[in-house]
Amino acid sequence: MKEQLQKDFENTIRNLSLSQKDIEIKKFSLDSFINKGFPNRREEDWKFSDLNQIINKNIGELSFYNDYTSTNKVDTSVFVDGLVHNKVVFINGRIEKIDFDYEKKDQIEIIDQSEIINKFENNNSLSDLNSAFTNKSFKIVLKKGYQLSKPLIIYHTTNSKIWSKNINLRLDFELQEDSSLRLIDLFNDTSEKNFLNIFYNFDLKENAILKNYKIDKIENKNIKYSFNNIEQNKNTISETFILSSGSNFFKNEVNCNLKGEHSSAFVNGIFSLDKNKHHEIRTTVNHLTENTKSYQLIKSVLEDSSKAAYQGKIFVNSDAQKTDGYQLSKAILLNKDSEFNAKPELEIYADDVKCSHGSASGSLNEDSIFYLMSRGLNYNQARELLINGFLLDVVEKITDSEIKNLIKNMIGIKE
Amino acid sequence: MENRQKEIDKLKDYKYGFSTDIENTRAPKGLNEDVIKFISNIKKEPQWMLDFRLKAFERFKQLKEPDWQKPKYPKIDYQDLYYYSAPKSMDDKPKSLDELDPKLLETYKKLGIPLQEQARLNGIAVDAVFDSVSVATTFREELIKQGIIFCPISEAIQKHPDLVKKYLGSVIPLTDHFFATLNSAVFTDGSFVYIPEGVRCPMELSTYFRINASNTGQFERTLIIADKGSYVSYLEGCTAPMRDENQLHAANVELVALDDAEIKYSTVQNWYPGDKDGKGGIYNFVTKRGLCKGKNSKISWTQVETGSAITWKYPSCILKGDNSVGEFYSIAITNNHQKADTGTKMIHLGKNTKSKIISKGISAGFSDMTYRGLVDISSKASNSNNYTQCDSLLMGNKCGAHTVPYIKNKNSESNIAHEATTSKISEEQLHYCQQRGLSAEEAVGLIVNGFCKEVLQQLPMEFAVEAQKLVGISLEGSVG
Repeated sequence: MKEQLQKDFENTIRNLSLSQKDIEIKKFSLDSFINKGFPNRREEDWKFSDLNQIINKNIGELSFYNDYTSTNKVDTSVFVDGLVHNKVVFINGRIEKIDFDYEKKDQIEIIDQSEIINKFENNNSLSDLNSAFTNKSFKIVLKKGYQLSKPLIIYHTTNSKIWSKNINLRLDFELQEDSSLRLIDLFNDTSEKNFLNIFYNFDLKENAILKNYKIDKIENKNIKYSFNNIEQNKNTISETFILSSGSNFFKNEVNCNLKGEHSSAFVNGIFSLDKNKHHEIRTTVNHLTENTKSYQLIKSVLEDSSKAAYQGKIFVNSDAQKTDGYQLSKAILLNKDSEFNAKPELEIYADDVKCSHGSASGSLNEDSIFYLMSRGLNYNQARELLINGFLLDVVEKITDSEIKNLIKNMIGIKE
Repeated sequence: MENRQKEIDKLKDYKYGFSTDIENTRAPKGLNEDVIKFISNIKKEPQWMLDFRLKAFERFKQLKEPDWQKPKYPKIDYQDLYYYSAPKSMDDKPKSLDELDPKLLETYKKLGIPLQEQARLNGIAVDAVFDSVSVATTFREELIKQGIIFCPISEAIQKHPDLVKKYLGSVIPLTDHFFATLNSAVFTDGSFVYIPEGVRCPMELSTYFRINASNTGQFERTLIIADKGSYVSYLEGCTAPMRDENQLHAANVELVALDDAEIKYSTVQNWYPGDKDGKGGIYNFVTKRGLCKGKNSKISWTQVETGSAITWKYPSCILKGDNSVGEFYSIAITNNHQKADTGTKMIHLGKNTKSKIISKGISAGFSDMTYRGLVDISSKASNSNNYTQCDSLLMGNKCGAHTVPYIKNKNSESNIAHEATTSKISEEQLHYCQQRGLSAEEAVGLIVNGFCKEVLQQLPMEFAVEAQKLVGISLEGSVG
């Protein structure tokens, strides 16, 4: 893999107009990645999902070079109907369209910052890979007091032109004071056997509100990793919703740093898996100051020989008195080959806190099925009703009603 | 006079902190094949036992010390330790208690474990382990009448080699992990218990461990076998003198329960925890594992952990037999600079297996406490259940309480439920108690005892009273 990486790296930087210093930085990241390789189960954070093994098994040899010189045609048929929205379109990792048609132009700034590489606090090797190979990176700034009138949908589209490729993306968002953003990440893949490596960084200034919905619904054979870093100042709110379902493998990581008083973080997720899919959500909520709040709810429904893992950590440092942290994960295993692993973790250094976590996994409740069947439903209807109700609980946590309805329609949950 | 007063003050904190001035036989310092041969030789062991040890030592040389645990400690120089230390008077085995060194008897009396006939604790048979050897075992004759074997393991190796050969290392294999393998190579003594088929052991069996010599590691080995349909309740207690250096205690405990058998294993661990500034104290790195080998068997661990500078252990149950049950009840208290990383593993292999984990952690002062546990339901363990509850109580914001459970479910017919909470003692409760005339410290003691009640109830009577007192003492000075 080492020769491949170095060759592809040479090709990649040739197409970029970078200063010597930037090349040095990228080179440093590359070396660091070569040194560490893909994460494997020997690393605590990857205990339940050995990415190295998964890539070897599903893709084999990856190539890291992507030709971004020619444009791709934007297929408008994938755009979401029935919801007026702003768009950012990535096709095969190349940014094809940024369109804020519905917003005041002077309130949103888009900065091309390909040259600036800021390090993530995440110390896994994938951030090195990302830094080494991202070709273009944008920073989207919402000006003070501006609230986006329509949601922004980022389309992550891949098509059959690419095969066994690694695609690296990164975006930075700055939400200035009193601004708010509703962001949907929509994954549309018609490609197979690629590895997508996505890094987002959000900086929330005072009173800002971020709502991020990640929707991976369409069946595909890709392997994905996504990392959200959310910095939260005073009175900020972040809401993250993850629907993890379509890809062969998907690991979502969310890291929230609650730095300002009265900031709060919500992370909710659904795993709805079948076949031999393997998905994971890992969250870290760092309560760093007084009076902060976090809430996490993850529910899984696992069919066939699918596998889901949830690693959630609540960290409370000694200054963060009056913290309120809550975490719950529930899983229904529908098949004898399905598997659910959880590691809900508390690390607490302050005494005046209220922190709890719960985790439960098991089969569908036979008594409930019996009850429904005795009311005239057949077995499959009863089962569906119960699963719907189980998942609806998480969808109902979505605070934006427009998007809540969109997501309900997408996953076919009826009320 | 002043010095005397200081000594008394010191003793108030940890009343078992005295040391006995007694002449010792020691193995040469360091860890090598000669030392292992020395130990094996002094114990007059058969060749197969020596081979077992040497095999373990071979393996040990290839192993790396683990470092994933939360409490870090300075590197231990394994060559700078004595691996065998025994009171000189034990060189020629005394035939009865009357021949035992009076100093030893005196020591155990001071610890509250009288070994002499007239003062023995009623209904409890005791095996007293002093540094590397077992010095006395009480009530043996009565037990023999029922066919129960309760003796030092070194004696069992000679008298019951078939049983030892069959079960030693069957639960904790030679190659298990760093400290367990070290123990397999250099273990010195410990208890051996065999309960024959259908026998319900009429009294509590207990071992009392005492580390006395300085610079010595204690590596004892306990093996308990409950044959079909039998029952035994086993208690373990431990203390050590106060010394400025850290001492290593790396024991292996293996339990085997055959069809319909039940083993109840209780520990009150009160090793010297170090002084207020975290100097000295025992490193308690123990491997405890029980195998529910037969159908309908049951193993239950109860532990009260108040001592040691660092406690690092996970008493586990392997639920291999169908319908077997594993239980784990734990109270862990850390104060001052103590650190603990403890919990359990429940490995469900058989059908209809059940496990229950109740863990209560209390941290005060500058201490750090971690519950780390594993519940693993394999794909063959249909219809299994686990319930886990871990609660932590924090006192002050200089200490830490952490929960790291690993939950793996590979069977759709099995259920796992896990709950954990972290909180502090509520002001209302404290206020209520103080209003009724209790001092702040008494009030905390009362509330903490209530918090721990679920676990304390699991202990045999004599131990429960002792443990309740211990909980109070351990938290002294942590209020206000």
